[in-house]
Amino acid sequence: MTKKPWISLGGIGVFAVLLLAVAPLVLTDHWLNNLGKYCCWAIAAVGIGLAWGRGGMLVMGQGVFFALGAYSMAMHLTLETAGDRIPGFMVLYDPLAPLPVFWEPFRSAGFTLLAIVLLPVIVAGALGYALFKRRVKGAYFAILSQALAVALAVLISSTIRETGGDTGLSDFKYFFGFVLNDPANRQMVYLIAAGLLIVCLLAVWQFYRSRFGELLIATRDAEERVRFLGYDPANVKLVAFVVSALMASIGGALFVPIVGIITPAEIGAAASILMIAGVALGGRASLFGPALGAIAVGWGQSSLGSTWPDGWTYILGLLFIVVILFLPNGLSSLPARFTGRARRTPVEQPTPAIAAAELEEVRS
Amino acid sequence: MSSTSKRMRVLVATGAIGTAMGLVLAGCGARAGDDTAGAGSSAAAGCVDTSGDTVKLGFLNSLTGGMAISEKTVSNVLHMAADEINAGGGILGKKIKYVQEDGATDWPTFAEKTEKLLTQDCVAAIFGGWTSSSRKAVKPVVEKLNGLFFYPVQYEGLESSPNIYYTGATTNQQIIPAMDFLASKGVKTLFLAGSDYVFPRTANAIIKLYAAKLGIKIVGEEYVPLDKDDWTSQVAKIAAAKPDFIFNTINGSSNVGFIKAYYDAGLTPAQTPIISVSIAEEEAPAMGHEVTGNYASWNYFQSLKTPTNPKFIQSWKAYPNSSGVTSDPMEAAYISLYLYKALVEAAGSFDVNAVNAAAKKNTITFDAPEGKVTLDGENHHISKPGHIGRINADNQFDIVWASDKFIEPDPYLEGYDWFPADIRKQLTDAAG
Repeated sequence: MTKKPWISLGGIGVFAVLLLAVAPLVLTDHWLNNLGKYCCWAIAAVGIGLAWGRGGMLVMGQGVFFALGAYSMAMHLTLETAGDRIPGFMVLYDPLAPLPVFWEPFRSAGFTLLAIVLLPVIVAGALGYALFKRRVKGAYFAILSQALAVALAVLISSTIRETGGDTGLSDFKYFFGFVLNDPANRQMVYLIAAGLLIVCLLAVWQFYRSRFGELLIATRDAEERVRFLGYDPANVKLVAFVVSALMASIGGALFVPIVGIITPAEIGAAASILMIAGVALGGRASLFGPALGAIAVGWGQSSLGSTWPDGWTYILGLLFIVVILFLPNGLSSLPARFTGRARRTPVEQPTPAIAAAELEEVRS
Repeated sequence: MSSTSKRMRVLVATGAIGTAMGLVLAGCGARAGDDTAGAGSSAAAGCVDTSGDTVKLGFLNSLTGGMAISEKTVSNVLHMAADEINAGGGILGKKIKYVQEDGATDWPTFAEKTEKLLTQDCVAAIFGGWTSSSRKAVKPVVEKLNGLFFYPVQYEGLESSPNIYYTGATTNQQIIPAMDFLASKGVKTLFLAGSDYVFPRTANAIIKLYAAKLGIKIVGEEYVPLDKDDWTSQVAKIAAAKPDFIFNTINGSSNVGFIKAYYDAGLTPAQTPIISVSIAEEEAPAMGHEVTGNYASWNYFQSLKTPTNPKFIQSWKAYPNSSGVTSDPMEAAYISLYLYKALVEAAGSFDVNAVNAAAKKNTITFDAPEGKVTLDGENHHISKPGHIGRINADNQFDIVWASDKFIEPDPYLEGYDWFPADIRKQLTDAAG
């Protein structure tokens, strides 16, 4: 990959043609919409690949940032649908109460788009700065990020008047002026999601081949050595973490018009872990692994979950165990194994993040 | 990096983004304000195929997740009703072929599966759902695709849709009868305990309005999230408030924690009885504690003496994987399939618009286990008898109160002067 960047680029090109040109032609509206949903998870997964696969930060709470994007978008679409009235679910709980203050700015489309980009950057920036500067890492970081996702899901569930609670926000009629029920507009939303997935892949491709990408891997594999060389690993990790948060937020924002509903269950612990599962299956350190893994898990949920409702979770769990045991670099490392050209480039070395962190603690 | 790769990168990137932009622009459809009345409905209309000797129906129930314990029963009884109807010759002479989907106790999954059933499986109607959240996830999808959804559980009312038929009770058929019963018992103080989601919140808002009219004082109101079982601190508040009665709108397994905390706090049905709207024959034995002496408000009880109830109970007990007891939500699900059959036969067609027109034009009735129910063609709800049962030692219910006649469905409480008109207007406006 590092030697032949155009191979990866060609791969992105093929992927783009498949998603943007072939899929809309061959898939039914229903499956195209489902693929759009998987693309949203894939966008978040690309970010997880960057933070976890390359940066060694096991981000188990990406649901938090997914939620920031999703709820920003959902509040805007709810207000757009309600017009100058109070949204229906609020009337149901407290008929004569005014609109909560924090909803007011989301009437503006511009503010909403800005919030989708800036909220995750600010939150991840502040959180990352506090954590990485204090050298919180490994399992502690993972547990903390997971706890945040759980806390946010509980907060949303318990503020039913302000956020729709467990029922979530749904029944959106318009998307920035476009009628969401129109099949042509739904295709447009799909294309935006698929297009942004390609943009995210191009972005990480550029990241991975830059000096920053090298530094990120160095930080993952030997943080102390990077520090001795005069770099501040905290800054390196911070950038990767913020970018991954931004991607999760974008994925969440597009999830809302595509799926038509957002609930705390989509952002809590289980959802956050499912995002990780896709990335691990696909191959966390590879360019395409996270995105393809997320799409595969999404597809499995829709289609195998229909055939064997009880069995699907076991299949996923089993697959996860098998991959972790026998293919630590995910399914995307399979072709190389078969052709026997398993090049042990630095980026593909199986260095479990937590093990490395623990090793360092033993050393220090 | 070589210059070739750089140029190639720029080329591919530009190409990809250009293609995306082109497709996105080409894909633009209707904008807000355009007349799009038929935009979505046309997609589904041509898909349902009843030219053969079968008709496809979709059953959408949570077979996994937290609600599976309740919804599997509904799924089972739908299968039983389908088998019965098929044995009797089907609907309009066509045998029912059902597609079972799993809602997985996840609301976006309910939305996705509804779309799948309507556009991929091309079913003529969908039956299922339990929580209000699941219904609210399904509603925009069936409205968009002009499908039909039959919802079998009592709910908070204040809703109607041309694409949904409600065979469970609305508030004036369950909550209001329960309040009438409490008033007839001379209850002066009431404590409200509920799960924190749309049904208990709305039900309690209505209870508070009606209680003011009846002269019953609400001495407290507590909520706990659906998936939480610890009621200790809330029950302590109940014990301190010493109400005459507790109105329980808790749903699902959270009831087990509530009942445990209730007895642990030394409360008893003799002094502080509970009236529930979610504990039926299925749930009573699963409370992990003797609940004898407490009350429930439903339309159907297994102990009802009606002409059709014995056969219903007998068929269910003989049905594979049955729980052995019958309850209100499963009876409402049983009604829903027969109601659909009656509607289609009145319309002479499986077409959604024809079915809705038939509902308005004809008086659709069904001899249900709870009695002869009549469909209101305007609001898509059915008339129901109100019953209050007291749990006996066999975890069955002794009927202690019954409404004097079948209660007509009134989801927006238009016939009740204590329900403020401005709130009703806000709600109907918000519903669009």
